[in-house]
Amino acid sequence: MEATEIKTTEIKDQKYQPKDYKSENAVRWCPGCGDYAILNSLHKAMAELNIEPHMIAVVSGIGCSSRLPYYMNTYGFHSIHGRAAAIATGVKVANPELSVWVATGDGDSLAIGGNHFIHAIRRNVDINVLLFNNKIYGLTKGQYSPTSDRGFVSKSSPYGTVEDPFRPAELAFGARATFFARTIDVDIKRQSDVMVEAARHQGTSVVEVLQNCVIFNDGIHDRISDRNWKEDNTVILSHGEKMIFGKEENKGIVLDGWNLKAVTIGEDGYTLDNVLVHDATAKDNTLHMKLALMDIADGLPVALGVIRNVNEPTYEREYEKQIEEVQKKTQKKSFTEFLLNSSNIWEVK
Amino acid sequence: MPTNPVVTDIKQVTIRFSGDSGDGMQLSGTLFSTLSAIFGNEIATFPDFPAEIRAPQGSLHGVSGFQVRIGAKDVYNSGDKTDVLVAMNPAALKVNAQFLKKGSVVLFDSDSFQKKDLEKALFQTPDPFAELNLDYVQPIGVNITTLTKASLEGSELENKAILRSKNMFALGIVCRLFSRPLEIADKLLEQKFSKKPVLVKANIKALTDGYNYGDNTELSASTYRIEPIESSKGFYTDVNGNTATAYGLIAAAEKAGVQLFLGSYPITPATDVLQELSKRKDFGVKALQMEDEIAGITSSIGASFAGCLAATSTSGPGLSLKSEALGLAVMTELPLVVIDVQRSGPSTGMPTKSEQSDLNQALYGRNGESPLVVMAAASPTDCFESAFEASKIALEHMTPVVLLTDGYIANGSSAWKIPDMNDYPNIIPPYVQDKYNGNTDEWKPYFRDEETLVRYWSAAGTPGYMHRIGGLEKDRLTGVISSNPDNHQMMVDIRKAKIEKIAGYIPEQEVTGDKNADTLIVGWGGTYGHLLEASLRLSASEKKVAYTHFRHISPLPRNTYDLLKKYKKVIVAEQNDGQFAAYLGGKFQDLDNIHKYNRVEGQPFKVSALIEEFTKIMEEK
Repeated sequence: MEATEIKTTEIKDQKYQPKDYKSENAVRWCPGCGDYAILNSLHKAMAELNIEPHMIAVVSGIGCSSRLPYYMNTYGFHSIHGRAAAIATGVKVANPELSVWVATGDGDSLAIGGNHFIHAIRRNVDINVLLFNNKIYGLTKGQYSPTSDRGFVSKSSPYGTVEDPFRPAELAFGARATFFARTIDVDIKRQSDVMVEAARHQGTSVVEVLQNCVIFNDGIHDRISDRNWKEDNTVILSHGEKMIFGKEENKGIVLDGWNLKAVTIGEDGYTLDNVLVHDATAKDNTLHMKLALMDIADGLPVALGVIRNVNEPTYEREYEKQIEEVQKKTQKKSFTEFLLNSSNIWEVK
Repeated sequence: MPTNPVVTDIKQVTIRFSGDSGDGMQLSGTLFSTLSAIFGNEIATFPDFPAEIRAPQGSLHGVSGFQVRIGAKDVYNSGDKTDVLVAMNPAALKVNAQFLKKGSVVLFDSDSFQKKDLEKALFQTPDPFAELNLDYVQPIGVNITTLTKASLEGSELENKAILRSKNMFALGIVCRLFSRPLEIADKLLEQKFSKKPVLVKANIKALTDGYNYGDNTELSASTYRIEPIESSKGFYTDVNGNTATAYGLIAAAEKAGVQLFLGSYPITPATDVLQELSKRKDFGVKALQMEDEIAGITSSIGASFAGCLAATSTSGPGLSLKSEALGLAVMTELPLVVIDVQRSGPSTGMPTKSEQSDLNQALYGRNGESPLVVMAAASPTDCFESAFEASKIALEHMTPVVLLTDGYIANGSSAWKIPDMNDYPNIIPPYVQDKYNGNTDEWKPYFRDEETLVRYWSAAGTPGYMHRIGGLEKDRLTGVISSNPDNHQMMVDIRKAKIEKIAGYIPEQEVTGDKNADTLIVGWGGTYGHLLEASLRLSASEKKVAYTHFRHISPLPRNTYDLLKKYKKVIVAEQNDGQFAAYLGGKFQDLDNIHKYNRVEGQPFKVSALIEEFTKIMEEK
């Protein structure tokens, strides 16, 4: 049962379908919940990746999002509040061949589990974190969350909150994230592609899913997800491509001093040449941070897609490497042999 | 100072090295105990140090001590009082005066007993011995600082480093007092400073000069000679409890053929377990220093889910933080070893002082009906046996096991005969693929072995046995989440019965001492050495006493009730306010013979006090 002996992810004869990753359990989210679309996207992504179901582990904490593992025909662990990232770290380090996913929410990972979230990212352990952000506590029925805007009125903030929210990207970049992407729950195709990219990225991948809670915070992402507005209010970032958006595809993001600015191509002297080309692989995360924090309130579209995707050593591989190096230097021995070779040994004859 | 030194042949002697936190007393003490063990003596050590890393020089709260008891045989603990005290400054003398007895030798550095040193230790007069009323000890003042400087003059060391070698000069004098051969000490120093030959040379020089100084001046009222004993044949090393615990886990992983994983967070006095296992990459051990105590245990639970022998190491406050996750391990029925190196509490308490007050927390410190296995190690070397057995139970019975050790045995060391792992039982985890052999249709995640009630282990990555587990109550067969009332009652009963059944797989409780005794002394955990000596000495004085020491607390050995009920008086002695006594009383409510002896001082039991108190209880009507 030594973890390293298990071989996987080589291309198998079998081509898996999305349904192969669905468990027999009836899905129990509220009708209209954004989680259904996220689940479908994940099934689709896994089929695309064609990973054997037994080589997948989906770990979650507590909250609506965290019910997701029950609906996967993989190894699944629905754990305790906030701890999914730490449990997933243990799973991945124990068996680096597994494809390890974390399903979590804004309350689960940014409040009670904030510490594990940032440290998993800092270590760059190769797990894929799907962060469902609906800016509300759903399972406990409608309290404000760490991503709720200042002044947000909820059951636990009847007069509005008097605190600023976390912006997940800022937290992730503060923890030196090597992969950060943002998707909208209803956009299954693009979301599924992003999940595939997240899985292929080696290291901690954070996918912030803007998710709609139909019961307690319905419409919180409307300005981004509603078909009337979304093209003007969002920009889909694609590595190597210009940052162009808008219904007419005539708007672009340019650099204006230290800041980003949305312009209309052909107006005010801006041409297509001025529009920035997205480089998700830039080591310096300054521009990624600026892109991730673009806000409609500042006249900028919200960035969707893979914002950052850089290669850095992963924790579990570095750990394995260190073990290999030490073992190369020392001969393999049994526990008793080890003791007999240690210092401070004496013999009674 | 007497002029005619006497060579005394004795069975046992206790020595305490004592000075500032930075004086190197732990090193002197460790070297002396190791070389005594190699010489053929039995040893028991007790490092007694403050939580502060470097308190102000010469101050009372900066005193660091290392006590070692050596003897030809029957060294069961580190001793109540000391025969020889090495005091590197007045503060060390003042703090340790309480441990001196009539005729104790006090070797002190007279260079460090000047006016300003005495003031730092809050002495009012120029004669600290008189001020402490120590007219019953034999003070030997040696100008150790001056002599060390002279010894190392012209060496390559800087002045500061020369002064730090005082501990070796002092050790040299002590070696002379006890006729220890210096060759062993030299070899130990060579190992210790193998990367710094300059230090090896200087330390050996200071040590040798100290020895010769003692020899030339025939310095001492008493020179002690403790002859080596005939131990059973084999190879030996000396080991402290934390290292032995780490070794026990390694040995168990090897037996079971699984990867060892430790998720941990530094905490006194448990950190050594993390450090030792971090070194053991030669065995492929994965020891992770996580971001907090909770991540320590939860990463281990994740590793257990993925097929490792998973462990986490901590002390009391850390165990509090792990409570919720421990409940998750109970609920998901995954193997997990939790090492709690107990220290004084509550809250931060006294981090470097030992206690047994986490028993209730280990037994009950979780929400819901949450039974698990609780064990306790008796001595530094028993930490190995206990950690091995804890791992075996965790893996074979798919349960978290809390192994209680404590600061005293974790830092204390004794000589250890290197085990032959062929003598140890196999560890065979209940792998799902061994039971169902690929017939996945016949299997459900909560199917159990009928005999042990253990569910099968389908580690993530095993083809065909994909399933979901978690903290929510599960259907007793399918593992699908369920809040059915009958199912919950059944699951509560099953989880309890599963732990109780383990009693069938552990040894019966044994008793030592007088067969016709009417009093039974009961202990558990790290107090073993003190209680054993107390019971032996009581027996030797014709008292009808027997002694039993518990390693298994939950479940208790199956003969526990029958055993306890036989005695007129049962004295449960613990370093807490009576937690094990209350546990026994709760389990066996018709027992009316339980008496208690409790001390919660952060210090080891004193054998003399035990004898006195036990005698009192025995003589009561």
